[in-house]
Amino acid sequence: MILYLLRRMFLLAFVFIALSIFAFSLGYLFPGEPLQNFTGLRHISAEQLPLLQQEYRMEQGYIAQYLAYLGRIFSGNWALSFSSQQPLLQEMQMLMPATLELASYALLISFFIGIPIGIIAAIKPEGTLSKLISAVAVAGYSIPVFWWALLLIMLFSLALGWLPTAGRIGVLYEINHVTGFMLPDILLSGTAHRQEAMLNALRHLLLPTIVLATFPTTVMIRFTRDAMLDVWEQSYIKTARAKGLNRGQVLYRHALRNALLPVIRQIGLQFSTLITLAMITEVIFSWPGIGRWLIDSIYQRNYPAIQAGLLVISTLVITVNMLTEILHTVFNPLARKR
Amino acid sequence: MKPNHGHMSLYGFNRCTMSLLVCSISLLSGCKPPLPDTVRSGLVYCSEGSPETFNPQLVTSGTTIDAISQQLYDRLLEIDADTGELVPALAKSWQVSADGKTYLFTLRDDVQFHQTEYFSPSRPLQAEDVVFTFNRIMQRNHPFHRQGGGNYPFFQSVDWADLVDSVTADTPHQVRFKLSRPDSSFLSNIATDFAAILSAEYGALLVKSGQLSRMDSHPIGTGPFRFKEYQKDVLIRYYRHRNYWREPAKPEQLVFDIVPNNARRMAKLFTHECDVVAFPRVAELGLISKRPDVDVQESTSMNIGFWAFNTVKPPFDQVKVRQALAHAINRDAILQAVYFGHATAADSVLPPTSWAYNPNLAVQQYDPVKAKALLTEAGYPDGFSMDIWAMPVQRLYNPNALKMAELMQADLAQIGVRASIVSYEWNSFRRKLGSYEHDSVLIGWSADNADPDNFFRPLLSCSAALTGSNRANWCDETFDNLISQALLTADQKQRRSYYMAAQQYLAEQMPLLSIAHSQRFQAISSDIKGVRINPYGGIALANAVKDVK
Repeated sequence: MILYLLRRMFLLAFVFIALSIFAFSLGYLFPGEPLQNFTGLRHISAEQLPLLQQEYRMEQGYIAQYLAYLGRIFSGNWALSFSSQQPLLQEMQMLMPATLELASYALLISFFIGIPIGIIAAIKPEGTLSKLISAVAVAGYSIPVFWWALLLIMLFSLALGWLPTAGRIGVLYEINHVTGFMLPDILLSGTAHRQEAMLNALRHLLLPTIVLATFPTTVMIRFTRDAMLDVWEQSYIKTARAKGLNRGQVLYRHALRNALLPVIRQIGLQFSTLITLAMITEVIFSWPGIGRWLIDSIYQRNYPAIQAGLLVISTLVITVNMLTEILHTVFNPLARKR
Repeated sequence: MKPNHGHMSLYGFNRCTMSLLVCSISLLSGCKPPLPDTVRSGLVYCSEGSPETFNPQLVTSGTTIDAISQQLYDRLLEIDADTGELVPALAKSWQVSADGKTYLFTLRDDVQFHQTEYFSPSRPLQAEDVVFTFNRIMQRNHPFHRQGGGNYPFFQSVDWADLVDSVTADTPHQVRFKLSRPDSSFLSNIATDFAAILSAEYGALLVKSGQLSRMDSHPIGTGPFRFKEYQKDVLIRYYRHRNYWREPAKPEQLVFDIVPNNARRMAKLFTHECDVVAFPRVAELGLISKRPDVDVQESTSMNIGFWAFNTVKPPFDQVKVRQALAHAINRDAILQAVYFGHATAADSVLPPTSWAYNPNLAVQQYDPVKAKALLTEAGYPDGFSMDIWAMPVQRLYNPNALKMAELMQADLAQIGVRASIVSYEWNSFRRKLGSYEHDSVLIGWSADNADPDNFFRPLLSCSAALTGSNRANWCDETFDNLISQALLTADQKQRRSYYMAAQQYLAEQMPLLSIAHSQRFQAISSDIKGVRINPYGGIALANAVKDVK
């Protein structure tokens, strides 16, 4: 197992190096002065120039520059954003929780709705209910997320006026940034009107979460259903049934646990799709997260931000992928031997 | 239980249902405190873009001025929105010397600066603050002069440094401006949104702590609201200034919700996430006016939408080419398709409501044949390729520059000119324009005061060409002489004749093609009272009252 973990860590490190080399080379590939792209400073004065050139080792070879870049990444000394002239690391720390909050609620929904429905669909695979679930799942799987989001906004916000269209909370509520996650922050804030703020935040959260959860939920339904049907055919299930266990016991003790293994693996694979969808959702609902920020940065030709954003998001995706892989292995001794 | 619980109905239906909802969800009975004042008496203004800075001296962009100028600051004088006349503000009176070169302002003595988390004023407004404010613009060795790039576009465009010799404090409540020559637009310029008064005491504090840049990012003014927070591209939060020298602002809290997307801004108006919406799309005005919960306000504004040629770049340095392009454009189609008829065709940069407007200018005709002939004369029988820069945001003077550019692209194709459309995000767009990277640009101007000079010098003078705000990059001696002459004389009749000549000259030289003067619109929730459009500058929100039923 330790050897396996080491192998995984080694792979992770290798992928990270490849990513960071790519991010580093963007500093040269983007238009403009590499030094500006690396520092994020819009105007570099004549006095600053030699100092910066030395600090960023611009006079030395690419390898020395890359090592300096890597050093800055790890020491937290990141570039400034072109558009706001604020440190990127700080900016991303402010935005990342918003994205993670949205994505994690969507993932939770996809578990708690997707898995039970998938099981229900697997119980009688030829039944009407099962067919209906499959049909809805296929529809949810294929619906373009931006269109779905706009439909929901048109119905619930514009036509019915029930739900707000944008943001994380009504702008008149002043909630201090403590953890960056809105709901805990409201609880931590000292305002006397937490309940209203909470209700307001939940109303803001509802539509984006539904939109973002749609795709992973349908994936979860399909996967759970297929995995259950697959497991149901295995001989150990037949044995268990033959031994006289009832349907529920077999389902819970033997089928579900084995069926969920590929589902766990699926989380990691779906995570990158989820992040992509989160970006679109954030743009549509003006959700102040990392995805919207990255897309704005692209519009603003904010090269240091694009560079750092790509590195952070891809590292995140790969790390989550790796973690679920490890989790999958922990639960599944068979995979370790491979 | 609170004694006022029985009077719940007084607070109105919305709050009642809201409270019920909360109570039923939390299963807490009768415990509901009234909505916080900050939420109930807070006002949300949905604006179309982020401000570049919080110091009006440093910008000319309407987006920034709307967000900061009238909310955070006051000026020595103000322009009455109805009559266009100058009225006292921070200065309670003023005197002009007989030679027109010395102005003496007497300040009010009851004006307090903002008290915030980062600054506590120890004294009210004094002459020293006014001196500090204007010296920042004029004196190169002023500690704050170089902050924010050392560019003061409005003041540079009116040649401030050359005009004003000195600003001195005679007594703590008297300020003397000495001019190098008489200037009939001086008082109007003092009253613009850009001439906001800063705090010298705050400046001294920042110099001491070495945080000069906070002057423009953490503002201190005397205006009806004080600064609380700013999240770029998200929101600006202000709170009421409790010691405001006029009647305190009606809203306790004022939030500028930054929503660049037009459709989204409208959606937020309909869901009442916004109380006031800047620049509703003209195409949607019909839809908005059908709704009972939303009103549309309208005002004829002092503005001009135009197409400026970069007159330094060939082939736009040739008058004939510029005239040819002007004749190639079907303006009537643009007025219909882009302004939806809510604008008048512009013959001059000056709107017809100005007293200096020249009614005798030849109307620019849509005439592709003539345009083609002019191009051939200029040596381009087969046309050429060019860029049209279309601004990415919706402004009053140009509600949809991209669409306008597309229409023009088709018009230009008829005379063999191949136009491609270029657009960037708004901040980058303005920066690139400032360094004259464009061939031609669709943009415009909203006046800051009623003086006709405000349409000429900031737009087309040589000094504006140097600072980058002259979108045509046009520096012409004859024109500059005409508008300078107009400033030197106080006689309105004579000034008018200079401006007439200047407009005639512009029509011949065609550094830019005037397209339209548009009406300004604002969509507003019908329970908001006390907000109106100011034809001379930024929006003022201090008197907005939310009618809580």
